[in-house]
Amino acid sequence: MSDANRKTEAAGEPPGGMAPLEVHDLTVAYQKKPVLWGVDLVAPAGKLIGILGPNGAGKSTLIKACMGLIPPAAGWVKVFGKPISETLSRVGYVPQRESVDWDFPVSVMDVVLMGRYGKVGLFRRPSRADRDVARACLERVKMLPFADRQISNLSGGQQQRVFLARALAQESDLYFMDEPFAGVDAATESAIIELLHDLRGKGKTIFVVHHDLPTARNYFDWLLLLNMRVVAFGPTEEVFTYELLQKAYGGRLTILSEVAEAVRAKGHLG
Amino acid sequence: MRLRTPNVLLPKSWVACVAVLLLAGVLPVSAAKIGDMAETDWRTQAVRFLTLSDPAVRYALAGTALLGVACGLLGGFLVVRRMALVGDALSHAVLPGVALGFLWNMSKDPVAIFVGATIAGLLGTGTVFLITRTTRLKEDSALGMVLAGFFGAGLCLMSMFQRLPSGGKAGIDKFLFGQAAALGPGDVRLMAVVTLLVVMVLGVAYKEFLLVSFDPGFAQVSALPTRWLQHLLMLLLAFSVVIALQAVGVVLVSAMLITPAATAYLLTDRMHRLLLIGALLGLVSGVSGAFFSFLGTNLPTGPFMVLSASGLFVLAFFLSPSRGLVPRWWRSRGQRVRIARENTLKAVYQILEDEAFRRDSISLRELAEKRRVTLEAAGGEARSLRRAEFATLDDETVCLTPSGWQRAAAIVRNHRLWELYLTHAAQVAPDHVHDDAEKIEHVLGEDAVRQLERRLQFADTDPHGKPIPGVHAVHGPSPAARPGKPTGYGGNR
Repeated sequence: MSDANRKTEAAGEPPGGMAPLEVHDLTVAYQKKPVLWGVDLVAPAGKLIGILGPNGAGKSTLIKACMGLIPPAAGWVKVFGKPISETLSRVGYVPQRESVDWDFPVSVMDVVLMGRYGKVGLFRRPSRADRDVARACLERVKMLPFADRQISNLSGGQQQRVFLARALAQESDLYFMDEPFAGVDAATESAIIELLHDLRGKGKTIFVVHHDLPTARNYFDWLLLLNMRVVAFGPTEEVFTYELLQKAYGGRLTILSEVAEAVRAKGHLG
Repeated sequence: MRLRTPNVLLPKSWVACVAVLLLAGVLPVSAAKIGDMAETDWRTQAVRFLTLSDPAVRYALAGTALLGVACGLLGGFLVVRRMALVGDALSHAVLPGVALGFLWNMSKDPVAIFVGATIAGLLGTGTVFLITRTTRLKEDSALGMVLAGFFGAGLCLMSMFQRLPSGGKAGIDKFLFGQAAALGPGDVRLMAVVTLLVVMVLGVAYKEFLLVSFDPGFAQVSALPTRWLQHLLMLLLAFSVVIALQAVGVVLVSAMLITPAATAYLLTDRMHRLLLIGALLGLVSGVSGAFFSFLGTNLPTGPFMVLSASGLFVLAFFLSPSRGLVPRWWRSRGQRVRIARENTLKAVYQILEDEAFRRDSISLRELAEKRRVTLEAAGGEARSLRRAEFATLDDETVCLTPSGWQRAAAIVRNHRLWELYLTHAAQVAPDHVHDDAEKIEHVLGEDAVRQLERRLQFADTDPHGKPIPGVHAVHGPSPAARPGKPTGYGGNR
């Protein structure tokens, strides 16, 4: 906890004087079985933060609990200094691609417009301005020519771009993205990373659940190593070490060799 | 097939229809027929229905139209959320509520029955939710148990009331299979209120229901009151089921929720259109069900409504413009005919090419040998070319017309360009490329051909050393009709 606080100061005070995300002693349990246990975090502003950990480490659960989608068994979450229910308008979300039914009868444009619903307000219709924002977001991920397509006619990478465009349309300050790189083509992967850097350039804070160790070191400014508890949280160069990764991933051999390779690659690059 | 859950359900509704029709003949259905005319032929009945002269007909018509709209609209959400079975459980669970509502003042009071049925329906779905939350049982088992349990309880209560002095006469048994003719002004007023409520709520909160149905997690992050919206949807569903009960019957009301919406899903891939088409189909099924049941004596309405809805589904299944079986078959047939013609043209071209284009016609026997078919089949192929004006056929002699010649040259060019492309650009061995080219030659468009030509720098022979027909061959007259023997691109320069 104190370590994380020190890092926050090092990263500079966030705008508004409040950390984008502060998590204290967060515990989440599914049917009395703890999934997350005593998680403490204070996230710095304007950073691209990767959440890493083995399967079942609670990565998705953590971001869902931060957004209030799962009630915590204990602890609290503050977003920009306030409870999440008061600051939802500043939070953007990219769920896992598999979490929705892609046969659903909506067009690409319909989905991106959903990103505006929070701003539009209850029972009002999206305005022309909202449509313009949605169109600009689609253009940003190079999906504008697909605006009128039904979403089932898209490839995996295109579906992910649509979800990103929807999150962009939310115009939030803090983003949670659940495995945006899962099952996408190389072109989409580099387009996403460019987009994330762009958002960071605008002072946004972005949490990304990630499963690929070798790329994690290059993609993220900060890393959160998670395995039910926080193993480490800090700048990538301090966290991406053999010892800490081993601690997070336990004795899983295949992953360990992957780690060793990744650390070696790091050594080569200096 | 994109439809999942409803697809499983539809055969069931058919079976139910047949079963109900059989039962209807056996059970003593007490006559609450309009005008108490027991012996009327169907023509008189049809006239009475269509002229709307009888107030009971007007009530039946208005009631079935209203319930069709309400069920069609809400069913759309059930279908896209794969909750079709929830509709089934809900509709069966209302039966004990109907019986108890009837017990309230021993009469068929629409409001008392409405309240009782709604409470029972919501209790049923609540029980399903409770079972899935607190035990290891999954939703399908919970739905199955609750559906049967509540329905059984309702049947017990109803058979007990039947023995009471006022039971059978008041027409409580109509709730099982539905009788639109028994609708009164009070029923229709209630149906109008509920349908108006459904239309208004969906009109105001369409965007919210859309997002909650598509991505509930994102809806919650967008600060939508997801829990309330889900409850509201369930409540509206319960209302619609209950108003539909008397006309459709408990047994089949879920089909009125699912079938029109499922049909609409075959016809469109936008939610708002799905809802509108579903409402329209629900209305049509409701009204036509009322009409058909009206033609005979003592026919229950529900089965006819569901048969109409299922009939519309069958129509859409076969005739939907984009995904229907018949249009798809028609399109693929057109393509098969075209490909067959192109293969014949190619054979004619190759025969002429083997003799260096010294003549411009071939015999049917040559064609049959080249295509390795019987003489009759070759004759059929030649006649198919003649129908498309690609060739003339005189006295067993096939002669390509200018358009036939151009098409033949284009196909041969496509074939050889593709073979060359595969061997050059994709490093495929020359003896591996023929079969692939046999397929691709029929689908290469002009743009793709231009690109291939550029990529291959206008090469003029294919990997097997055969010349590739050039621009002049594809767009000009046949070589036999003009001097010289220009074939490949080299010859055109």
